[in-house]
Amino acid sequence: MENTMVHLKVNGIDVEVPAGSTVLQAAKAANVDIPSLCYLKDVNCIGACRICVVEIKNRRGLAAACVYPVEEGMEVLTNTPAVRKSRKTTLELLLSTHNKKCLSCERSENCELQRLSRDYGVEEDRFINEGTRYEIDDTSAYIVRDNNKCINCKRCVAACKNLQSVACIGEIRRGYSTHIGCAFDGDLADAPCVGCGQCIVACPVGALTEKDSTQAVWDALADPEKEVVFFTAPSVRATLGEAFGNPVGTNVEGKMVAGIRRLGDCKVFNMDVTADLTIMEEANELLDRIQNGGTLPMFTSCCPGWVKFLEHYYPEFLPHLSSCKSPQQMFGAVLKSYYCQKNGIDPNKLFVVSVIPCTSKKFEVTREEQRTSDFDDVDVALTTRELARMIKRAGLDFNALPEEDWDNPFEIASGAGAIFGATGGVMEAALRTAAFKLDGTAEALVFSEVRGTKGIKEATYTVGGATVKVAVASGLANARELVEAIKKGEKDYQFVEVMACPGGCINGGGQPYQPDTVRNNVDLKAIRAKALYDLDDSMDLRKSHESPVMDLLYGEFFEAPNSHVAHKYLHTTYVKRGH
Amino acid sequence: MSEKSLIPFKGTPEQEAELMKVIEAHRTQPGGLMPTLQEAQGIYGYLPVEVQQKIADGLGLSLSEVFGVATFYSQFSLTPKGEHRISVCLGTACYVKGSDKILEAVESKLGIKSGECTADGKFSVDACRCVGACGLAPVMTVDDDVYGKITPDQVSKILDSYAKGGADK
Repeated sequence: MENTMVHLKVNGIDVEVPAGSTVLQAAKAANVDIPSLCYLKDVNCIGACRICVVEIKNRRGLAAACVYPVEEGMEVLTNTPAVRKSRKTTLELLLSTHNKKCLSCERSENCELQRLSRDYGVEEDRFINEGTRYEIDDTSAYIVRDNNKCINCKRCVAACKNLQSVACIGEIRRGYSTHIGCAFDGDLADAPCVGCGQCIVACPVGALTEKDSTQAVWDALADPEKEVVFFTAPSVRATLGEAFGNPVGTNVEGKMVAGIRRLGDCKVFNMDVTADLTIMEEANELLDRIQNGGTLPMFTSCCPGWVKFLEHYYPEFLPHLSSCKSPQQMFGAVLKSYYCQKNGIDPNKLFVVSVIPCTSKKFEVTREEQRTSDFDDVDVALTTRELARMIKRAGLDFNALPEEDWDNPFEIASGAGAIFGATGGVMEAALRTAAFKLDGTAEALVFSEVRGTKGIKEATYTVGGATVKVAVASGLANARELVEAIKKGEKDYQFVEVMACPGGCINGGGQPYQPDTVRNNVDLKAIRAKALYDLDDSMDLRKSHESPVMDLLYGEFFEAPNSHVAHKYLHTTYVKRGH
Repeated sequence: MSEKSLIPFKGTPEQEAELMKVIEAHRTQPGGLMPTLQEAQGIYGYLPVEVQQKIADGLGLSLSEVFGVATFYSQFSLTPKGEHRISVCLGTACYVKGSDKILEAVESKLGIKSGECTADGKFSVDACRCVGACGLAPVMTVDDDVYGKITPDQVSKILDSYAKGGADK
């Protein structure tokens, strides 16, 4: 049955697609473009918005192409007067409740509604617009919701439920009163939201954005009392270029460093360094747990969305989380302790900015348990998008910038640190170092079973004579499936890596927007990840423990992995939260 | 603005036991949320956050999903119902006969809006769509009693008869 092919015509073009395909898929096969809005591949397919309507011969009315199944001999017309009129009217009705302050909207120029409105030549004010109907929810540290711009496409709701199994937002009420929000119209800050931001990157308009922190950074850069340092997460080099028109998967590391340096007086460090440091601590913690009967499987703890997910939904599994801070928080701690002491800087005057692909990291920087003193180790966490905004506001021609190197002393990192940004990367980096620790000679570099964008990956490795069973999950719905299997005793692992966003940080909620026209056609996460694996592949230094910066940090400050001083600065605790 | 009711939840252990039975009966049933909500409202008279949270946990759904369904259907109420439930019909026939004025009279007499309950828990008022007595328009019902062809100035006296503890019919 699944091999049966169906033959149909789309705008007169003969096309053959597998039975069960939708008209939208058939049109794609015929190279005919049907616009869509509520449809988002692998996320949302509900046929609600009526933008993708088409005419089907001998069928009354118009059909929604994204959900309408193909039939043998079907004749589809995608560009008739009736279709164009219907799409235009639908857009005009959507605009009747849409806040049309497009000039300074975060999504201006990449808004899907704006593009369609222009393409269909809508009358913006054909129907009366009531203007502001909803309060803006900016209560959380990470996500801002402005329902006055929402078009109720439910892509955010689908991302939250289908990708992440969190479902902390949903549709409320019905008809004209329908809006998206948390249960009982409560604040997002009080909801069991993990802050992953997948809702933001799924949103076709400007209804969802990150909590903007750029002004605090501009202020610090203008403050002669402050010494500003930036560090950027592994995946940002692989995505920032998209915000400046580069093809998906372009590594812009050198231009990124140059761009940040031109924002103002600051230093720019490579966060791959503390990815290496995380591996030093985490690999040792894993070996300690295996050798001394600790809680297993050990779960990675670098992803704040995953950590918050466990805190909300599986608090009984918190002892499984590695006590290691994330690379972001380790870098903050290193900068405000070791770096300040070495350079005679008052830590209260050092302003630490992380650039990360993540909205949940904005929450992580505020966590009390992350502190080693009476100040936050990281002052501001900027998303990739916010950095792009700052570079634009500074008037820099990004693509014309020279390629520049990182600042000392955090300029050298391993390829293991670079692949932290993709699902399976932390696992592979840890295995490279753990294998060495266990048999001293292991040359294993590539652990291909844990690579790739599959939601759940499993592998068994023999390192130093011991058998290690590992699993890797990305996307919290997959993580939930894995945790449930462990809970029921169906699965038995020693080490589990989880990244909240599907595909890992390269597909994080803080990454540049890519509209449905891109997301429905290419696998963003695979292309972006390739940039990181290519970087790793091109490097001589590919194991965290071989990095000279690790020798420097442990030699001058942290003594040894899991030492007392390492524990003070580089490890943390977790809290139980309700849901 | 949160919609959590300001009126404290006063569920009894008996009600909770009954709710748990209802949840258990629908736990594995596809689409079991709707009947669970209906039966839960039958037990408590309304669906406060405490009840919706138990249903969400019991059926393996998020509170947001339960709340979404509970607010989609007008038959579900998030606020408690009074000892006496008043319905004013705003269906077509009643409306053209001026039932909106009847509702206004009820609201001003009790000091609450449609969908709300008085602080003493005595009365709640809802607007409804057609009770099937269009010949008597405009129609108001109090509990199971039907009042037809009424005028706004009769409202006060009718409600007073319930406030005293019994219907004076």
